[in-house]
Amino acid sequence: MEYILTFLHQHIDLIYIVILSVFLGIEVISRVPSVLHTPLMSGANAIHGVVIIGAIIVMGKAEADNYPALIIGFLAVILGTINVVGGFVVTDRMLEMFKGKKK
Amino acid sequence: MGSSILSIIYLIGSVTFILGLKMLSKPDTARKGNLVAAAGMSLAILGTIFLYRVNDAPLHNYGWIFTGLVIGGVIGVLSAKKVKMTAMPEMVSMFNGMGGACAALISIVEFDHLIKLIKNLYAPVSDDHLALQLLESSASKGMVIIILLSLIIGAVSCAGSIVAWGKLTGKVKDFSFNGQHFLNMGVLALIVGLSVWLVCIFGISPGTGLIVFYVVFLLALFYGVLFVLPIGGADMPVVISLLNSFTGVAAACGGFLYSNPVMLTGGILVGSAGTILTILMCKAMNRSLKNVLIGSFGGGAAGAAASG
Repeated sequence: MEYILTFLHQHIDLIYIVILSVFLGIEVISRVPSVLHTPLMSGANAIHGVVIIGAIIVMGKAEADNYPALIIGFLAVILGTINVVGGFVVTDRMLEMFKGKKK
Repeated sequence: MGSSILSIIYLIGSVTFILGLKMLSKPDTARKGNLVAAAGMSLAILGTIFLYRVNDAPLHNYGWIFTGLVIGGVIGVLSAKKVKMTAMPEMVSMFNGMGGACAALISIVEFDHLIKLIKNLYAPVSDDHLALQLLESSASKGMVIIILLSLIIGAVSCAGSIVAWGKLTGKVKDFSFNGQHFLNMGVLALIVGLSVWLVCIFGISPGTGLIVFYVVFLLALFYGVLFVLPIGGADMPVVISLLNSFTGVAAACGGFLYSNPVMLTGGILVGSAGTILTILMCKAMNRSLKNVLIGSFGGGAAGAAASG
Protein backbone atom coordinates (compact mmCIF):
# COMPACT_ATOMS: atom_id res chain seq x y z
CA MET A 1 0.00 0.00 0.00
CA GLU A 2 2.77 2.37 0.94
CA TYR A 3 4.28 2.49 -2.53
CA ILE A 4 0.96 3.57 -4.03
CA LEU A 5 0.81 6.48 -1.60
CA THR A 6 4.43 7.39 -2.35
CA PHE A 7 3.77 7.23 -6.07
CA LEU A 8 0.66 9.41 -5.78
CA HIS A 9 2.55 11.89 -3.65
CA GLN A 10 5.42 12.15 -6.13
CA HIS A 11 3.09 12.69 -9.06
CA ILE A 12 0.43 14.79 -7.39
CA ASP A 13 0.70 17.62 -9.96
CA LEU A 14 0.13 15.15 -12.81
CA ILE A 15 -2.87 13.71 -10.97
CA TYR A 16 -4.39 17.18 -10.72
CA ILE A 17 -3.94 17.54 -14.48
CA VAL A 18 -5.63 14.16 -15.02
CA ILE A 19 -8.67 15.03 -12.93
CA LEU A 20 -9.12 18.48 -14.48
CA SER A 21 -8.66 17.04 -17.99
CA VAL A 22 -11.35 14.42 -17.36
CA PHE A 23 -13.89 17.11 -16.55
CA LEU A 24 -12.68 19.30 -19.40
CA GLY A 25 -13.06 16.46 -21.91
CA ILE A 26 -16.61 15.83 -20.74
CA GLU A 27 -17.51 19.54 -20.93
CA VAL A 28 -15.97 20.09 -24.35
CA ILE A 29 -17.85 17.21 -25.97
CA SER A 30 -21.18 17.24 -24.18
CA ARG A 31 -23.12 19.24 -26.81
CA VAL A 32 -22.05 17.77 -30.11
CA PRO A 33 -24.59 17.21 -32.93
CA SER A 34 -24.88 13.57 -33.99
CA VAL A 35 -23.63 14.25 -37.56
CA LEU A 36 -20.27 15.09 -36.04
CA HIS A 37 -19.93 11.90 -34.01
CA THR A 38 -17.78 10.03 -36.50
CA PRO A 39 -15.45 12.95 -37.42
CA LEU A 40 -15.03 13.71 -33.73
CA MET A 41 -14.15 10.09 -33.02
CA SER A 42 -11.64 10.22 -35.83
CA GLY A 43 -10.18 13.52 -34.60
CA ALA A 44 -9.85 12.14 -31.08
CA ASN A 45 -8.20 9.08 -32.59
CA ALA A 46 -5.58 11.31 -34.20
CA ILE A 47 -5.01 13.22 -30.96
CA HIS A 48 -4.28 10.11 -28.90
CA GLY A 49 -1.56 9.44 -31.45
CA VAL A 50 0.43 11.80 -29.19
CA VAL A 51 1.78 8.49 -27.82
CA ILE A 52 4.29 8.83 -30.70
CA ILE A 53 6.22 11.20 -28.42
CA GLY A 54 6.80 8.30 -26.05
CA ALA A 55 8.01 6.19 -28.96
CA ILE A 56 10.44 8.92 -30.04
CA ILE A 57 11.82 9.17 -26.49
CA VAL A 58 12.23 5.37 -26.34
CA MET A 59 14.12 5.39 -29.65
CA GLY A 60 16.17 8.43 -28.77
CA LYS A 61 17.58 7.07 -25.54
CA ALA A 62 18.15 3.46 -26.64
CA GLU A 63 21.83 2.53 -26.72
CA ALA A 64 23.15 2.00 -30.24
CA ASP A 65 23.86 -1.70 -29.58
CA ASN A 66 20.55 -2.51 -27.89
CA TYR A 67 18.91 -4.05 -30.95
CA PRO A 68 15.66 -5.34 -29.37
CA ALA A 69 14.90 -1.87 -28.01
CA LEU A 70 15.85 -0.25 -31.33
CA ILE A 71 13.67 -2.58 -33.38
CA ILE A 72 10.65 -2.37 -31.07
CA GLY A 73 11.06 1.38 -30.78
CA PHE A 74 11.37 1.71 -34.55
CA LEU A 75 8.12 -0.27 -35.02
CA ALA A 76 6.44 1.91 -32.38
CA VAL A 77 7.54 5.10 -34.19
CA ILE A 78 6.14 3.81 -37.49
CA LEU A 79 2.83 2.70 -35.97
CA GLY A 80 2.45 5.92 -34.00
CA THR A 81 3.16 8.06 -37.06
CA ILE A 82 0.57 6.16 -39.09
CA ASN A 83 -1.90 6.82 -36.28
CA VAL A 84 -1.19 10.56 -36.18
CA VAL A 85 -0.81 11.32 -39.88
CA GLY A 86 -3.52 8.93 -41.09
CA GLY A 87 -5.88 10.08 -38.34
CA PHE A 88 -5.66 13.76 -39.20
CA VAL A 89 -5.86 13.17 -42.96
CA VAL A 90 -8.91 10.89 -42.64
CA THR A 91 -10.65 13.40 -40.37
CA ASP A 92 -9.97 16.17 -42.86
CA ARG A 93 -11.43 14.10 -45.69
CA MET A 94 -14.54 13.31 -43.64
CA LEU A 95 -15.10 16.97 -42.82
CA GLU A 96 -14.51 17.94 -46.44
CA MET A 97 -17.31 15.60 -47.45
CA PHE A 98 -19.46 17.01 -44.69
CA LYS A 99 -18.94 20.58 -45.85
CA GLY A 100 -19.74 19.68 -49.44
CA LYS A 101 -23.01 18.11 -48.36
CA LYS A 102 -24.03 21.20 -46.45
CA LYS A 103 -23.62 23.43 -49.48
CA MET B 1 17.12 27.02 -22.44
CA GLY B 2 16.11 24.16 -24.72
CA SER B 3 14.07 22.39 -22.09
CA SER B 4 12.22 25.56 -21.09
CA ILE B 5 11.30 26.12 -24.74
CA LEU B 6 10.15 22.51 -24.85
CA SER B 7 7.84 22.96 -21.88
CA ILE B 8 6.27 26.00 -23.59
CA ILE B 9 5.85 23.88 -26.73
CA TYR B 10 4.12 21.18 -24.68
CA LEU B 11 1.86 23.83 -23.16
CA ILE B 12 0.93 25.09 -26.64
CA GLY B 13 0.36 21.50 -27.75
CA SER B 14 -2.04 20.81 -24.88
CA VAL B 15 -3.96 24.02 -25.56
CA THR B 16 -4.31 23.20 -29.26
CA PHE B 17 -5.68 19.75 -28.40
CA ILE B 18 -8.35 21.30 -26.16
CA LEU B 19 -9.17 23.98 -28.75
CA GLY B 20 -9.16 21.40 -31.54
CA LEU B 21 -11.63 19.14 -29.73
CA LYS B 22 -13.82 22.12 -28.89
CA MET B 23 -13.88 23.30 -32.51
CA LEU B 24 -14.42 19.75 -33.79
CA SER B 25 -17.68 19.61 -31.86
CA LYS B 26 -19.21 22.51 -33.84
CA PRO B 27 -20.10 22.02 -37.52
CA ASP B 28 -18.74 25.30 -38.92
CA THR B 29 -15.38 25.22 -37.14
CA ALA B 30 -14.80 21.47 -37.28
CA ARG B 31 -12.36 21.40 -40.17
CA LYS B 32 -10.27 24.23 -38.75
CA GLY B 33 -10.26 22.48 -35.38
CA ASN B 34 -8.73 19.41 -36.93
CA LEU B 35 -5.98 21.52 -38.50
CA VAL B 36 -5.31 23.34 -35.21
CA ALA B 37 -4.86 20.01 -33.41
CA ALA B 38 -2.64 18.73 -36.23
CA ALA B 39 -0.44 21.84 -36.02
CA GLY B 40 -0.10 21.42 -32.25
CA MET B 41 0.82 17.77 -32.72
CA SER B 42 3.51 18.54 -35.30
CA LEU B 43 4.99 21.19 -33.03
CA ALA B 44 5.06 18.78 -30.08
CA ILE B 45 6.69 16.02 -32.15
CA LEU B 46 9.37 18.30 -33.64
CA GLY B 47 10.01 19.86 -30.23
CA THR B 48 10.50 16.42 -28.69
CA ILE B 49 12.90 15.31 -31.40
CA PHE B 50 15.17 18.34 -31.19
CA LEU B 51 14.81 19.67 -27.64
CA TYR B 52 14.15 16.65 -25.41
CA ARG B 53 16.99 16.00 -22.97
CA VAL B 54 17.74 12.86 -20.98
CA ASN B 55 19.90 14.24 -18.14
CA ASP B 56 21.28 17.05 -20.33
CA ALA B 57 22.13 14.71 -23.22
CA PRO B 58 20.18 15.13 -26.47
CA LEU B 59 18.41 12.15 -28.02
CA HIS B 60 20.34 10.01 -30.48
CA ASN B 61 19.48 7.49 -33.23
CA TYR B 62 18.10 10.32 -35.36
CA GLY B 63 18.46 8.18 -38.47
CA TRP B 64 16.11 5.56 -37.08
CA ILE B 65 13.63 8.13 -35.82
CA PHE B 66 13.40 10.01 -39.11
CA THR B 67 13.22 6.82 -41.17
CA GLY B 68 10.35 5.67 -38.95
CA LEU B 69 8.58 9.01 -39.24
CA VAL B 70 8.92 9.05 -43.04
CA ILE B 71 7.76 5.44 -43.49
CA GLY B 72 4.84 5.94 -41.11
CA GLY B 73 3.92 9.28 -42.66
CA VAL B 74 3.90 7.89 -46.21
CA ILE B 75 1.84 4.83 -45.23
CA GLY B 76 -0.54 7.01 -43.21
CA VAL B 77 -1.15 9.57 -45.96
CA LEU B 78 -1.50 6.97 -48.71
CA SER B 79 -3.92 4.75 -46.79
CA ALA B 80 -5.96 7.73 -45.60
CA LYS B 81 -6.17 9.22 -49.12
CA LYS B 82 -6.98 5.94 -50.84
CA VAL B 83 -9.70 4.71 -48.53
CA LYS B 84 -13.27 4.94 -49.83
CA MET B 85 -15.65 7.31 -48.05
CA THR B 86 -17.82 4.39 -46.95
CA ALA B 87 -14.85 2.55 -45.48
CA MET B 88 -13.82 5.38 -43.13
CA PRO B 89 -14.89 3.78 -39.82
CA GLU B 90 -12.75 0.69 -40.35
CA MET B 91 -9.82 2.89 -41.30
CA VAL B 92 -10.23 4.82 -38.04
CA SER B 93 -10.36 1.48 -36.23
CA MET B 94 -7.13 0.36 -37.89
CA PHE B 95 -5.34 3.62 -36.97
CA ASN B 96 -6.62 3.29 -33.43
CA GLY B 97 -5.22 -0.23 -33.21
CA MET B 98 -1.83 1.07 -34.32
CA GLY B 99 -1.89 3.70 -31.58
CA GLY B 100 -2.67 0.99 -29.04
CA ALA B 101 0.13 -1.19 -30.38
CA CYS B 102 2.50 1.78 -30.12
CA ALA B 103 1.62 2.23 -26.43
CA ALA B 104 2.08 -1.49 -25.74
CA LEU B 105 5.46 -1.58 -27.52
CA ILE B 106 6.68 1.43 -25.52
CA SER B 107 5.82 -0.30 -22.26
CA ILE B 108 7.62 -3.47 -23.40
CA VAL B 109 10.85 -1.53 -23.96
CA GLU B 110 10.47 0.41 -20.71
CA PHE B 111 9.85 -2.75 -18.68
CA ASP B 112 12.87 -4.43 -20.21
CA HIS B 113 14.87 -1.33 -19.30
CA LEU B 114 13.59 -1.44 -15.72
CA ILE B 115 14.45 -5.13 -15.32
CA LYS B 116 17.97 -4.48 -16.61
CA LEU B 117 18.39 -1.68 -14.09
CA ILE B 118 17.31 -3.97 -11.27
CA LYS B 119 19.72 -6.65 -12.39
CA ASN B 120 22.63 -4.15 -12.32
CA LEU B 121 21.40 -2.40 -9.21
CA TYR B 122 24.77 -2.65 -7.56
CA ALA B 123 26.74 -2.02 -10.72
CA PRO B 124 27.55 1.62 -11.59
CA VAL B 125 24.15 3.21 -12.16
CA SER B 126 23.52 4.64 -15.59
CA ASP B 127 22.45 8.27 -15.74
CA ASP B 128 18.78 7.81 -16.38
CA HIS B 129 15.67 9.20 -14.76
CA LEU B 130 14.39 5.69 -14.04
CA ALA B 131 17.63 4.80 -12.24
CA LEU B 132 17.20 7.70 -9.86
CA GLN B 133 13.69 6.61 -9.08
CA LEU B 134 14.87 3.05 -8.54
CA LEU B 135 16.83 4.24 -5.53
CA GLU B 136 13.48 4.47 -3.85
CA SER B 137 12.23 1.03 -4.77
CA SER B 138 8.74 1.88 -3.58
CA ALA B 139 8.45 4.40 -6.42
CA SER B 140 9.60 1.83 -8.95
CA LYS B 141 6.59 -0.30 -8.06
CA GLY B 142 4.42 2.64 -9.04
CA MET B 143 6.33 2.74 -12.34
CA VAL B 144 5.61 -0.95 -12.90
CA ILE B 145 1.91 -0.38 -12.28
CA ILE B 146 1.88 2.40 -14.89
CA ILE B 147 3.85 0.29 -17.39
CA LEU B 148 1.46 -2.64 -16.89
CA LEU B 149 -1.61 -0.41 -17.30
CA SER B 150 -0.23 1.02 -20.52
CA LEU B 151 0.65 -2.49 -21.78
CA ILE B 152 -2.72 -4.06 -20.95
CA ILE B 153 -4.90 -1.21 -22.20
CA GLY B 154 -2.78 -0.75 -25.33
CA ALA B 155 -2.83 -4.46 -26.16
CA VAL B 156 -6.60 -4.82 -25.57
CA SER B 157 -7.22 -1.77 -27.73
CA CYS B 158 -4.92 -3.00 -30.49
CA ALA B 159 -6.34 -6.53 -30.72
CA GLY B 160 -9.91 -5.28 -30.30
CA SER B 161 -9.51 -2.67 -33.05
CA ILE B 162 -8.13 -5.21 -35.48
CA VAL B 163 -11.10 -7.51 -34.82
CA ALA B 164 -13.45 -4.53 -35.22
CA TRP B 165 -11.74 -3.71 -38.52
CA GLY B 166 -12.16 -7.32 -39.62
CA LYS B 167 -15.84 -7.25 -38.73
CA LEU B 168 -16.52 -4.05 -40.64
CA THR B 169 -14.73 -5.32 -43.74
CA GLY B 170 -16.59 -8.64 -43.40
CA LYS B 171 -13.44 -10.68 -42.84
CA VAL B 172 -14.48 -11.72 -39.33
CA LYS B 173 -17.95 -13.12 -38.63
CA ASP B 174 -19.89 -12.63 -35.41
CA PHE B 175 -18.92 -15.44 -33.14
CA SER B 176 -20.29 -16.34 -29.74
CA PHE B 177 -20.66 -19.49 -27.69
CA ASN B 178 -22.13 -20.54 -24.38
CA GLY B 179 -20.24 -19.34 -21.36
CA GLN B 180 -18.33 -16.71 -23.28
CA HIS B 181 -18.96 -14.15 -20.56
CA PHE B 182 -17.42 -16.48 -18.02
CA LEU B 183 -14.37 -17.00 -20.21
CA ASN B 184 -14.02 -13.21 -20.67
CA MET B 185 -14.32 -12.57 -16.96
CA GLY B 186 -11.89 -15.42 -16.24
CA VAL B 187 -9.25 -14.03 -18.61
CA LEU B 188 -9.70 -10.54 -17.18
CA ALA B 189 -9.36 -11.86 -13.61
CA LEU B 190 -6.23 -13.78 -14.63
CA ILE B 191 -4.71 -10.61 -16.15
CA VAL B 192 -5.41 -8.60 -12.99
CA GLY B 193 -4.15 -11.39 -10.70
CA LEU B 194 -0.92 -11.89 -12.63
CA SER B 195 -0.33 -8.12 -12.71
CA VAL B 196 -0.70 -7.82 -8.95
CA TRP B 197 1.65 -10.77 -8.49
CA LEU B 198 4.14 -9.21 -10.89
CA VAL B 199 4.15 -5.93 -8.96
CA CYS B 200 4.89 -7.87 -5.78
CA ILE B 201 7.71 -10.07 -7.10
CA PHE B 202 9.45 -8.09 -9.83
CA GLY B 203 12.06 -6.56 -7.52
CA ILE B 204 12.96 -9.93 -6.01
CA SER B 205 13.10 -12.15 -9.11
CA PRO B 206 13.39 -10.10 -12.30
CA GLY B 207 13.67 -13.26 -14.45
CA THR B 208 10.24 -14.57 -13.46
CA GLY B 209 8.91 -11.04 -13.68
CA LEU B 210 9.89 -10.80 -17.33
CA ILE B 211 8.09 -14.07 -18.17
CA VAL B 212 4.95 -13.02 -16.28
CA PHE B 213 5.07 -9.69 -18.12
CA TYR B 214 4.95 -11.38 -21.54
CA VAL B 215 2.19 -13.76 -20.37
CA VAL B 216 0.14 -10.73 -19.33
CA PHE B 217 0.82 -9.14 -22.73
CA LEU B 218 -0.44 -12.23 -24.61
CA LEU B 219 -3.47 -12.57 -22.33
CA ALA B 220 -4.34 -8.91 -22.90
CA LEU B 221 -4.19 -9.40 -26.68
CA PHE B 222 -6.41 -12.47 -26.27
CA TYR B 223 -8.84 -10.51 -24.10
CA GLY B 224 -9.07 -7.76 -26.72
CA VAL B 225 -10.18 -10.35 -29.29
CA LEU B 226 -12.68 -11.92 -26.88
CA PHE B 227 -14.04 -8.51 -25.93
CA VAL B 228 -15.01 -7.47 -29.46
CA LEU B 229 -15.80 -10.86 -31.03
CA PRO B 230 -19.39 -11.32 -29.74
CA ILE B 231 -20.51 -7.73 -30.40
CA GLY B 232 -22.77 -7.30 -33.41
CA GLY B 233 -21.51 -5.57 -36.56
CA ALA B 234 -24.08 -2.77 -36.28
CA ASP B 235 -22.62 -1.76 -32.92
CA MET B 236 -19.06 -1.52 -34.22
CA PRO B 237 -18.85 2.31 -34.34
CA VAL B 238 -19.71 2.43 -30.64
CA VAL B 239 -17.07 -0.18 -29.86
CA ILE B 240 -14.47 1.62 -31.95
CA SER B 241 -15.20 4.81 -30.05
CA LEU B 242 -14.80 2.95 -26.76
CA LEU B 243 -11.49 1.39 -27.86
CA ASN B 244 -10.45 4.86 -28.98
CA SER B 245 -10.89 6.18 -25.47
CA PHE B 246 -8.97 3.12 -24.16
CA THR B 247 -6.00 4.04 -26.33
CA GLY B 248 -6.26 7.57 -24.99
CA VAL B 249 -5.84 6.23 -21.45
CA ALA B 250 -2.88 4.10 -22.59
CA ALA B 251 -1.24 7.22 -24.06
CA ALA B 252 -1.86 9.05 -20.79
CA CYS B 253 -0.06 6.24 -18.92
CA GLY B 254 2.90 6.98 -21.20
CA GLY B 255 2.58 10.58 -20.03
CA PHE B 256 2.96 9.41 -16.43
CA LEU B 257 5.93 7.27 -17.36
CA TYR B 258 7.88 10.19 -18.83
CA SER B 259 6.21 12.91 -16.72
CA ASN B 260 5.24 14.37 -20.08
CA PRO B 261 2.33 16.84 -19.78
CA VAL B 262 1.32 16.88 -23.45
CA MET B 263 0.95 13.10 -23.59
CA LEU B 264 -0.97 13.21 -20.34
CA THR B 265 -3.44 15.93 -21.36
CA GLY B 266 -3.87 14.60 -24.90
CA GLY B 267 -4.45 11.06 -23.67
CA ILE B 268 -6.82 11.89 -20.82
CA LEU B 269 -8.80 14.35 -22.96
CA VAL B 270 -9.36 11.64 -25.56
CA GLY B 271 -10.09 9.15 -22.77
CA SER B 272 -12.84 11.23 -21.17
CA ALA B 273 -14.20 12.81 -24.36
CA GLY B 274 -14.16 9.41 -26.06
CA THR B 275 -16.14 7.84 -23.23
CA ILE B 276 -18.76 10.58 -23.35
CA LEU B 277 -18.85 10.32 -27.13
CA THR B 278 -19.41 6.57 -26.83
CA ILE B 279 -22.38 7.16 -24.54
CA LEU B 280 -23.76 9.84 -26.88
CA MET B 281 -23.46 7.46 -29.85
CA CYS B 282 -25.34 4.80 -27.90
CA LYS B 283 -28.05 7.34 -27.11
CA ALA B 284 -28.30 8.30 -30.78
CA MET B 285 -28.95 4.63 -31.53
CA ASN B 286 -31.48 4.41 -28.67
CA ARG B 287 -29.44 1.85 -26.79
CA SER B 288 -27.47 1.85 -23.58
CA LEU B 289 -23.75 1.13 -23.45
CA LYS B 290 -24.40 -1.78 -21.12
CA ASN B 291 -26.83 -3.17 -23.65
CA VAL B 292 -24.22 -2.98 -26.40
CA LEU B 293 -21.43 -4.57 -24.37
CA ILE B 294 -23.12 -7.13 -22.14
CA GLY B 295 -26.37 -7.80 -23.93
CA SER B 296 -24.48 -8.83 -27.03
CA PHE B 297 -26.28 -12.17 -27.37
CA GLY B 298 -29.79 -10.76 -27.07
CA GLY B 299 -28.62 -7.61 -28.83
CA GLY B 300 -27.58 -9.50 -31.96
CA ALA B 301 -31.13 -9.61 -33.27
CA ALA B 302 -31.89 -6.02 -32.26
CA GLY B 303 -28.63 -4.85 -33.82
CA ALA B 304 -29.46 -6.65 -37.06
CA ALA B 305 -32.91 -5.06 -37.01
CA ALA B 306 -31.39 -1.62 -36.45
CA SER B 307 -29.00 -2.01 -39.36
CA GLY B 308 -31.59 -3.55 -41.64
